[in-house]
Amino acid sequence: MLPNDLTPVTLTINGRRHELRLEPWVSLLALLRERLDLTGSKKGCDHGQCGACTVICDGKRIISCLTLAVMKNGADITTIEGVAKDNGLHPLQKAFIEHDAFQCGYCTPGQICSAIGLLKEGKARTRADVKELMSGNLCRCGANVGIIDAIMEVKEGGNYE
Amino acid sequence: MNKFSFTQARSIPEAITEVSARDEACFVAGGTNLIDLMKYFIAKPETLVDINNVGEKEAVVQNGDGVRLSGFATNADTAYHPLIEERYPLLSRAILAGASPQIRNMATNGGNLLQRTRCYYFYDVNTPCNKRAPGSGCSAIGGYNRIMAILGTSDQCIAVFPSDMCVALAALEATVQVSGPSGDRSIAFADFHRLPGDTPEIDNNLQHGEIITALDLPAQGFAKNHSYLKLRDRNSYAFALVSVATGLELDGDSIRTARIALGGVAHKPWRVPEAEAFLEGKSTTRENFNAAATILLEGAVPYKYNSFKIELARRAIVRNCLMALDPASQLPGAQPSE
Repeated sequence: MLPNDLTPVTLTINGRRHELRLEPWVSLLALLRERLDLTGSKKGCDHGQCGACTVICDGKRIISCLTLAVMKNGADITTIEGVAKDNGLHPLQKAFIEHDAFQCGYCTPGQICSAIGLLKEGKARTRADVKELMSGNLCRCGANVGIIDAIMEVKEGGNYE
Repeated sequence: MNKFSFTQARSIPEAITEVSARDEACFVAGGTNLIDLMKYFIAKPETLVDINNVGEKEAVVQNGDGVRLSGFATNADTAYHPLIEERYPLLSRAILAGASPQIRNMATNGGNLLQRTRCYYFYDVNTPCNKRAPGSGCSAIGGYNRIMAILGTSDQCIAVFPSDMCVALAALEATVQVSGPSGDRSIAFADFHRLPGDTPEIDNNLQHGEIITALDLPAQGFAKNHSYLKLRDRNSYAFALVSVATGLELDGDSIRTARIALGGVAHKPWRVPEAEAFLEGKSTTRENFNAAATILLEGAVPYKYNSFKIELARRAIVRNCLMALDPASQLPGAQPSE
């Protein structure tokens, strides 16, 4: 294949199927934000150090900035735009509001997608575990206490998924 | 990043053929380090061969008395696999001390061995670096070298190898299984990574076109007495200044077998067989662990800003060997026990 050839890629994003033809160097984050107008996932560092671009890919939280879209052909992706259900906000979205778990809000979509992944993984038992397993998402406003409180409430309440 | 062509391999032989055919071709699996290096124009492959659809997807399988880790499985699936949690908890703890949950969901076991240094001069294309541009010089030796190596350095390079997983694999004496254009071969873990010497641009002994298919662990997993301690500038999601993997096999208060490997101090996981032999038959005292630390750190050379690492490593070794006596006391994130 020549460098300028486009690679066919099929992705299901928030339940909607997209048939795309992409240059191989387009990151999943760039695809979401710049081509599909799904700007909820944020570009923070673009180097896998901040977690603002976290999305859920085939049930697992990943960082979309270090993922080439062409590597995810056939995948099922959920972004922050897809976490709320018909009956309203996702329990984590409600808990983030309840616990004032943000200030500027830039890291929030990544924090919530990451927390959804964390709860699904089921490896966090204690508050210390939750803190450790949320360390891939930085919050420069320092809302971390509220973020952990919000996740703990949903985790302890068991009212997710 | 530069433009490149992309193909998805359907089998391991096809992937090997595709990469062997071109000098500037690369395998890509998790991509968590390679794509980052491409964004900085440090890695400039002309072809990426995606190996996400080839190889053994089951992270861990029984292999004689030991286990076999798939080279293609993710770090997360390996760390949380019941066989690893039960029989090789040292490996599980080391993996979970590295990167972030998101990155561990992407990064593969083979890729973990092949990640490159996080020396900031290696990443800064405006500075000389013998690893990035052979012959250009080392900016770290006379620069800000707080995170750099104290053991096994050369006058060409003082970078450290950043993996946590590999520190445990060194202590566990893993074997690396490789397939390539000239067939299959096995590499002992201690022989896989290299010291910088006069060729710091070469991190390991893998040849172009060779692929890591599996990592074999022998039966001894030190499940009863082990510890991984990682000391860093923040408690999580940071590379080690110093890390220590310890596995002990005890006979009452007496040490039958000891394994100690260090991370964050050299261009490869650092082991000194004499230090481990010294502990055999000795009791599990602070004094004996301190004497072993002296042997492990023999020949350590400090640079302007990293001399603290020698004493930090000594204390970390002693602390971690004592922590290995009571694995239940260990905290998430490989932090020091209370």
